[in-house]
Amino acid sequence: MSSPEFTADEMMTVGAARSLRDGTACFVGIGLPSTAANLARRTHAPNLVLIYESGTLGAKPGRLPLSIGDGVLADTADSVISVPEIFNYWLQPGRIDTGFLGGAQVDRFGNINTTVIGGDYANPKVRLPGAGGAPEIAASCREVLIVMRMNPRSFVEKLDFITSVGYGTGKGDREALGLRGRGPVKVITDLGVLEPDPDTCELTLTQLSPGATVEQARKAVGWPLKAVDEPAMQQPPTEAELTVLRELKTTIEGGAK
Amino acid sequence: MARILQLDEAIAELVHDGDTVALEGFTHLIPVAAGHEIIRQRRKDLTLIRMTPDIVYDQLIGAGCARKLIFSWGGNPGVGSLHRFRDAIQNSWPVPLEIEEHSHAGMANRYAAGASGLPFAVLRGYAGTDLPEQTDTIKTIECPFTGQRLAAVPAVNPDVGIIHAQQADRAGNVQMWGITGVQKETVLASARSLVTVEEIVDELTPRPGAVVLPQWVVTAVAAVPGGAAPSYAQGYYERDNAYYQQWDPIGRDREQFENWLETEVFGTERSAR
Repeated sequence: MSSPEFTADEMMTVGAARSLRDGTACFVGIGLPSTAANLARRTHAPNLVLIYESGTLGAKPGRLPLSIGDGVLADTADSVISVPEIFNYWLQPGRIDTGFLGGAQVDRFGNINTTVIGGDYANPKVRLPGAGGAPEIAASCREVLIVMRMNPRSFVEKLDFITSVGYGTGKGDREALGLRGRGPVKVITDLGVLEPDPDTCELTLTQLSPGATVEQARKAVGWPLKAVDEPAMQQPPTEAELTVLRELKTTIEGGAK
Repeated sequence: MARILQLDEAIAELVHDGDTVALEGFTHLIPVAAGHEIIRQRRKDLTLIRMTPDIVYDQLIGAGCARKLIFSWGGNPGVGSLHRFRDAIQNSWPVPLEIEEHSHAGMANRYAAGASGLPFAVLRGYAGTDLPEQTDTIKTIECPFTGQRLAAVPAVNPDVGIIHAQQADRAGNVQMWGITGVQKETVLASARSLVTVEEIVDELTPRPGAVVLPQWVVTAVAAVPGGAAPSYAQGYYERDNAYYQQWDPIGRDREQFENWLETEVFGTERSAR
């Protein structure tokens, strides 16, 4: 059987979608996480519960939302609640299975920066949007998935700012900080997948995207990246996954209704 | 009873230079026309509060209305960065902008404390992040019952809270539905409040899940049809996604932005409709 042609970004999105289990509740951020979660709901996880921080519980959008407060989310949700309620009653007590995050920078322990790059906090080289829901999503969801394109500017030895905690300084740090979720279980990238080493919690290359090499991944990471012996090759996207993904992406171009 | 005013009268009366002002609306029902009227009346030295400062705050900041911003996520949702906000922080243009930065959970709780008449809120948050080092508005406290370490954040109590809703009746009772964010908390936490509405009706029809603000907690209501655009008002009009995308090149360039200000805000008649 010949595989269909696909891009590294499509592999990343499909890989992220496959990481979501049917019947679980997912706290969804906009962008890649939202695309992946909506793909999952249309393929292997029809009963995935999508929760957006605007207060929509169980949204079933018929197209990709352009923002976390898109009207299509409220129109299709099981219920719509206030923002204090979504954070206090639903996220904080650990009722949400999976938190899905992206970021500008990630380090070897899965800590994320979405605040500032370069300079110092008061005089940054680049001011990013900031925390949003991410710190508490990273702290409180039962597990966290991170989706980011891999390059040395993003996968850095040291973050310019810790916005959201992954494994902090290493094993045991989350527990010491009183964070209740397990932390990031996978970082899904265009070149492959990183997972925390069970002994050290350091992110380790465990899977490669089709066509990518360990050397390529190492060059795209700003610290000496560890890899398992013979990382598994990700299953390429199926024809069905690609069709649904491409159809989904057409629904956001130009902000179609 | 809430007074029914024209938008320009309401802003002139309720928003003063140096005030702390919150314009809330979580992607939905953003009081954009009220923000433009604040710019048009050339208010300055404002402390602006908003969980998600987006385009209308980019415009207020770029117009030099703000001295300080209290926020938790500053971006153009679904598009990218806010370039007027970035220019103010990175280059102090047109005036320096002080920031007080939180997470969404922290800001939501600060509003809830403000609405509750409490001096602070408590939450599980911020542990291990660099945010507490940058502000004196995040402290760690110990639970007096269990000894757990938790985060405390001070209440926000704006001088003026401004929101947009679908409807009000002639007495000034307000009803809103769809995504209602922190708007109820904003009005209840504020010393004065202005609600712009799509329409004023004889009688509000009860709706499941709607937020109703009785007239005695609202200072003023102004009828401003389309007052949330380019955001949206559920049941009235959709979000103008193209506008958010088109804002990006305007916001990136100081000259284009100043042209926008002249033609779209200062060049217009009174904003009240």
